[in-house]
Amino acid sequence: MRTNIRNITTSTPYTGLTEGLQLFAAGTSRQFMTGEWRTSTPVLDEDKCRQCLLCAPVCPDSCIPVRDGKRLAFDYDHCKGCGICAAVCPFGAIAMTEDGAQAD
Amino acid sequence: MRDTVEIRWHGRGGQGAKTAALLLADVAFQTGRYVQGFPEYGPERMGAPITAYNRISRSAIRIHSNIYQPDYVAVVDETLLHSVNVTDGLKPGGAVIINTSKTTEEVRPLLKGYKGAVYTVNARAISERTLGRNFPNTPMLAAVTAVTGVMDKESFFREIRASFTHKFARKPEVIEGNMKALEAAYAAVENELEAQTCVRRSA
Amino acid sequence: MNHFERDSETAVKKSREIRDRMSGNEAVAHAIRQIDPDVMPAFPITPSTEIPQMVSTFIANGEIGTEFIPVESEHSAMSAAIGAEAAGARTITATSSAGLALMWEELLLAASNRLPVVLALVNRTLSGPININCDHSDGMGARDTGWIQIYAENNQEAYDNYIQAFPIAEDPRVHLPVMICQDGFITSHAVENISLLEDEAVKAFVGQYDPEEFLLNPGKPVSVGPYAISDYSMEAKKAQEDAMERAGSVILETADRFCRISGRQYGFFEEYRTEDADYVLLLMGSAAGTAKAAVDRLREQGVRAGVIKLRVFRPFPAAELAEAVRRTGCKALAILDRCESYNGVGGPLGSEVTQALYRAKVYTETVNYIYGLAGRDFTVDHVFGIVDELQAVAEGRCKAPDHKYIGLRS
Repeated sequence: MRTNIRNITTSTPYTGLTEGLQLFAAGTSRQFMTGEWRTSTPVLDEDKCRQCLLCAPVCPDSCIPVRDGKRLAFDYDHCKGCGICAAVCPFGAIAMTEDGAQAD
Repeated sequence: MRDTVEIRWHGRGGQGAKTAALLLADVAFQTGRYVQGFPEYGPERMGAPITAYNRISRSAIRIHSNIYQPDYVAVVDETLLHSVNVTDGLKPGGAVIINTSKTTEEVRPLLKGYKGAVYTVNARAISERTLGRNFPNTPMLAAVTAVTGVMDKESFFREIRASFTHKFARKPEVIEGNMKALEAAYAAVENELEAQTCVRRSA
Repeated sequence: MNHFERDSETAVKKSREIRDRMSGNEAVAHAIRQIDPDVMPAFPITPSTEIPQMVSTFIANGEIGTEFIPVESEHSAMSAAIGAEAAGARTITATSSAGLALMWEELLLAASNRLPVVLALVNRTLSGPININCDHSDGMGARDTGWIQIYAENNQEAYDNYIQAFPIAEDPRVHLPVMICQDGFITSHAVENISLLEDEAVKAFVGQYDPEEFLLNPGKPVSVGPYAISDYSMEAKKAQEDAMERAGSVILETADRFCRISGRQYGFFEEYRTEDADYVLLLMGSAAGTAKAAVDRLREQGVRAGVIKLRVFRPFPAAELAEAVRRTGCKALAILDRCESYNGVGGPLGSEVTQALYRAKVYTETVNYIYGLAGRDFTVDHVFGIVDELQAVAEGRCKAPDHKYIGLRS
């Protein structure tokens, strides 16, 4: 049975779980707003950014989308604020802000 | 034939004692018997002494243990007589069948006081003559069948030919040599059986 | 065709009996040829090597379409089996001894992911000392991995159990992997008479494998084996345990259905001459045949002895076994383990059977014997000795020994 796992919660009895805890959906990690875990937030200075794109592939959570050879704004719904992008940026274009506030 | 005949084979790894036991089970099955043919492995090495067993019965066989009081013993390699007590537990009225170029009287002193029947067959010579190589298990299979009488001669040769035809489907040229090896060994043992019966009668 | 349809239609026709002779390994390979599974990852190890070897030959000869995956270890064999089964393929493997031990982590994954893999286990002792011969320490070592375990007395049962494994494992009420066990060399390498079923009868009985959910299913994505936080893990384990409990009735249903095509009836265990028996031996595997032969001779001498041969070890039929022992009204029961638990008090069968008896309030005298370790032969004479000792215990001539070795030099 293709149970929607969103209907399964910590109050669901053991008989209500899926067999082997199978999940009947693809890309379910998008549904987890891991951005809520963030305590430090990267902020892009677009004047300093040269679009070298070194930041995009190193992001462990794929939070730097790239389109037409240019990086776009951070995906703050999923960015955990690890700071790897800031560390790798050769131009100091990404600053980590410590207040944990959403940049937008 | 009594209800169940138990046979113990002694050989060395690589000589085909296990194969002979399995072939005997095969042909006995074809004559309508319940059969078991199984090896007992020690260290898995060429040349190490190995034992194989047959149970051949008119009724279903349930026992799954080795055979300690065999009705017959087959010795595929005579050098084992120096190291293994091959007639251990051999039932009175049974027999030991030995691959050797020696005569019965020459090998008897090697049998550690055993008093029962002994049959010899020069399986090596027969194999080298008919197959061009030393495969002692094939002549020994015929010798064991002749001595034990687990099936009659005609059935044996009919079923073993069928078995070889299946086994050697990809190299049928070896079938006739194998059949000649069996026939030679069977005839040699028949002669010895007759000679020993005459000796017993005249004694 | 789904699992329920195969119950009602084609499979009930009785098969023509094909009388043959073959070894236990050949019997399993023959069943595999008839079933023609989708995938077989395997790594060779004595004494089960012949099974993948023969299957490879069937594949090379074009007799079956199975995809054989040569792997570099048993760890990989079971990993590949899990992947293939999750992908939707009917998957089998075979192993023994250290091979099963190397699969250990994956055995638990196959079961917890509810994947109906079928494994032919040719029982061989675990090292050390290193030794190639039979005991049940490999299977018993995996007894708590969540696999169904069925043990065979002879080649016939290895064949019959193997065919029944698929309908049990793949039943939607079960969805658990199955281990079909037989004694290394003693049956795996022994040529014996066997009654085979027709290919079509086996195919109809086993049916198509048609899983509802599987990975290679476009448009219906599924994740297998996700991480679960503690809020869910305990519930998942209990759900898996429920499936193992349900397997009991599916095993019996499958046995009844198998009887309709073969004429051979199986259950959780076999009771041999136990009605009115004063002394009963409870054991598994090939030694049960030897025990039956010994019981026949004892009965001829007026000794009322019997045998309970346990076939299904997982799920453990505790209540049914206790009831069977109660029915015999026996004065003493010998529980025989072909495995040492190294717990100071006995073997696994000894522990589980006595627990079952106690819970059912069946308070008969029991003696737990350890026999046949690493290929030590078990004979009719050993059975006579055991029954002698049970008599002495029952008559109060000696106290019931616990944890006693058979055929040990001491």
